[in-house]
Amino acid sequence: MRRGLAAVVLGLALGLGLAGVARAAIDTYQFRDDAERERYQQLTKELRCPKCQNQDIADSNAPIAADLRREIFRMLGEGKNNAQIVDFMVDRYGDFVRYKPALSARTWLLWFGPGVLLAGGFVVLAVIVRRRRATVAHGANELSVEERERLAKLLEKEQTHD
Amino acid sequence: MKRWIMVVPLAVFLLVAVFLYKGLFLKPDELPSAMIGKPFPAFALASVQGDRNLTQADLLGRPALVNVWGTWCPSCKVEHPYLNQLAERGVVIHGVNYKDDNGAALKWLAEYHNPYQLDIRDEQGTLGLDLGVYGAPETFLIDAKGIIRYKHVGIVDASVWREQLAPLYQGLVDEAKP
Repeated sequence: MRRGLAAVVLGLALGLGLAGVARAAIDTYQFRDDAERERYQQLTKELRCPKCQNQDIADSNAPIAADLRREIFRMLGEGKNNAQIVDFMVDRYGDFVRYKPALSARTWLLWFGPGVLLAGGFVVLAVIVRRRRATVAHGANELSVEERERLAKLLEKEQTHD
Repeated sequence: MKRWIMVVPLAVFLLVAVFLYKGLFLKPDELPSAMIGKPFPAFALASVQGDRNLTQADLLGRPALVNVWGTWCPSCKVEHPYLNQLAERGVVIHGVNYKDDNGAALKWLAEYHNPYQLDIRDEQGTLGLDLGVYGAPETFLIDAKGIIRYKHVGIVDASVWREQLAPLYQGLVDEAKP
């Protein structure tokens, strides 16, 4: 009996502990339909909390994140589209709030930098492979006459040392 | 042969070192404001004292600091005496009491002195949201036409005033004179 009780208490404690981990911020909003709920979830994940900078606003417990979630919910209710809602946030908090930055002259490097680096790596690789091939084709593994003479001389020297 | 290749690691190291060195002086928790150069957002809110209704038009006419504060914010308490000093020296400061209990705000202003010309009561945080406020204290510098020119995140103290705000404020005051 005692053991059973202990197990239940332990289970409850574990369960509660996990529940806390699962999701930090929980609001109760009534959405019109599943599509709107999905848009809400997508938007709150795409926008970054200005206060606790490494969390999206869906995840953050900061009061400002709660305010922004409320604003998003309000704007969804007003029938605004995603672009309008993101613009609303960017107008106030800057490009910083977008986890998915807009493509502009300033973010060009951010978007294409990795691709450019990868392409650069392939170019270097191609050059190395081609050079290797070229040297193999020319029979560079064999010694030239000059080199053979030098080798013979060196070997001779070695032998005289012995 | 191919001596230059030996310089590559050094070059990479120097490049990384430059970026890391720069990183030492970055303040990632201070966001650049998206509001610089834009007009102060429209609002219609009561004063903290409840005796008048305020709008953005009330801020026009002379350059001013707009200080966003709340009694829940410990740093605001730290900067408050310095704001009092600035107000005494004739600097125009307006207050936005951000997401606060109005009773507590009144008590605070009575107790610690009120440096603000206008006390905007933003209980719901709507003005704060339009200003892109994400904490307190934040201090905006607006010109006589109500355009936001600068934003300081965090405490305004003597060195912040001397090094950042004062030259800009003085510039705006001079600009406002015909």
